Amino acid sequence: MNKKQKPRIMITGAAGALAQQVINRLREKYQIVAVDFRKQTYLSDDIPSYQINFNKRVFEDLFRKFEFEGVIHLGRITSSEETRMRRYNANVLGTQKLLELSHKYGIKKVIVLSTYHVYGANAYNPALIDETAPLKAAELTMDLIDSVELENLANIYLWKYRDLNITILRPCNIVGPGVQNTISSLLSSKHAPVLAGFSPIMQFIHIDDMADAIVLSYEKNKSGIYNVAPEDWVSYQEALERCGCARIPIPSIPPVLPRLIIKTLGLSIFPAFLLNYFKYPVVIDGRSFNKTFNYKAKRPLKEIFRFYREIKKNS
Amino acid sequence: MNLKSYLKEKLVSKELDTQLNKIEKPVGTLGYDPWGFNVETNKVVFSLFSGIYNQYFRVKTEGIENIPAKGPVLIIANHSGQLPIDGTLIGYALATRKNAPRMPRAMIERFFPTVPFLGNFLNQIGAVLGDPVNCAKMLENNEAVVVFPEGIRGSGKLYRDRYQLKRFGNGFMHLAMKYNATVVPVGVVGCEETIPAIANIKPLAKMLGVPYVPIALPIIFPAKVHLNFGKPMKFEGGDVSEEEVTRRVEQVKSVISDLIDKGLSERKRLF
Repeated sequence: MNKKQKPRIMITGAAGALAQQVINRLREKYQIVAVDFRKQTYLSDDIPSYQINFNKRVFEDLFRKFEFEGVIHLGRITSSEETRMRRYNANVLGTQKLLELSHKYGIKKVIVLSTYHVYGANAYNPALIDETAPLKAAELTMDLIDSVELENLANIYLWKYRDLNITILRPCNIVGPGVQNTISSLLSSKHAPVLAGFSPIMQFIHIDDMADAIVLSYEKNKSGIYNVAPEDWVSYQEALERCGCARIPIPSIPPVLPRLIIKTLGLSIFPAFLLNYFKYPVVIDGRSFNKTFNYKAKRPLKEIFRFYREIKKNS
Repeated sequence: MNLKSYLKEKLVSKELDTQLNKIEKPVGTLGYDPWGFNVETNKVVFSLFSGIYNQYFRVKTEGIENIPAKGPVLIIANHSGQLPIDGTLIGYALATRKNAPRMPRAMIERFFPTVPFLGNFLNQIGAVLGDPVNCAKMLENNEAVVVFPEGIRGSGKLYRDRYQLKRFGNGFMHLAMKYNATVVPVGVVGCEETIPAIANIKPLAKMLGVPYVPIALPIIFPAKVHLNFGKPMKFEGGDVSEEEVTRRVEQVKSVISDLIDKGLSERKRLF
């Protein structure tokens, strides 16, 4: 088959480890165009790569030039990277622009990567939260508003423009080689803070499994909102222990105290706005995704933790 | 290795280990379930608890075979004694029964998750935040769930109100009907005497954000506990009016009341 006949996909967040895994899985079958807000990444000669602000007019030129079949939107600026205002512009307004252009240029399939954080870490959370539960993250902290807003936007477009076939994925903690989010940094470090007396149940998905899930949801076109999480659970403190991290307890009550300590010490590894996620569990129910897409995560927790143990030995 | 495996090796007898291994639990590869129950912690706690159950409270059970071996079950009991001792005793009784043991889950008050150490500890031994979604998901998983429909109205009551049933919430009946769960009523006698409270300091409770602050001695009395399990009850689902639901709840409540009377009449002395 001629290269030019391959259907084209735009993948955002191309500088991230997850996007690169997804690209590796799709590049045989599709012509990939990699886009990133933050920096230009060289992937290979046959993958054009752009550093671009979605809010600039030149972004539309990509749609004109490549006639994409689909968009896989993985790019999101995380809270530690930028100011709240810039993040809002990039994540929320940027996504709106992306969806608007997708509609204008007749894109047939859109995947939006969200996060389980949108449910909010609340003391009264039931376990196995399903997709219809309200998104309570915004009431806890201003720093997660853009995650919730991004979801709301994607939701509006999901119902308004059915031909975009939007699939929103809300994964649990993505971890593994190359992942640079908060939880992965904690598992990688030799010492990790914990809130004394709190060890919420967490779910982890290996980056390779997550990439498989994204590819599957692109190829099996079933639009909708899905949690993505393996059917396996572990408490935060046991996860640290299994990764060979020494636990540093921080006094947890009254609730202002840990916040104060973190801010005073400038502990960027343990951001204050995510504090509640290390206090109360947010356990999501991934069974709907597993059933719809006939999916099962392959890498067990033990393998994930072994990876983090090994990197400590080698450093 | 770590503390948990050390304690397990030191404390858990072979007999208890085999008994608890007989119970099927939907846990993941590391022994946790979504609500935080942990197989290993539970074994350690149970082995520590066996003395408390057998020697301290000298629990006497009757009719425990009334709880079906399989399928969704709601174990409905009267609540008493300030701390969740009653739920733990019912759980231990059912997990150690000879035939078809089960590990029931107890629904606990909403403020427990906010208490450091205690909240996590209770989760690890099978207690779950008393939220209807949790209960529904567990019944879907064919679990046995202990529910105290009186909630804090029951556990926080004063000694002078002992063995008076407070208002029952209707939630459990709706879940029983929706998930076709068997209802097994239980009358708990003895827990009222474990922590007798003479008053509740409401302003302090409000300030601390806890449901009640009892004035009581800082000891748990070794009252003898009777657990009387009633006959299983089934309730048809479908389109049922709230009035009818309330009537069914009253029906369960009156059975529990009879079971309490039975326990009280069997009891020779308090301790």
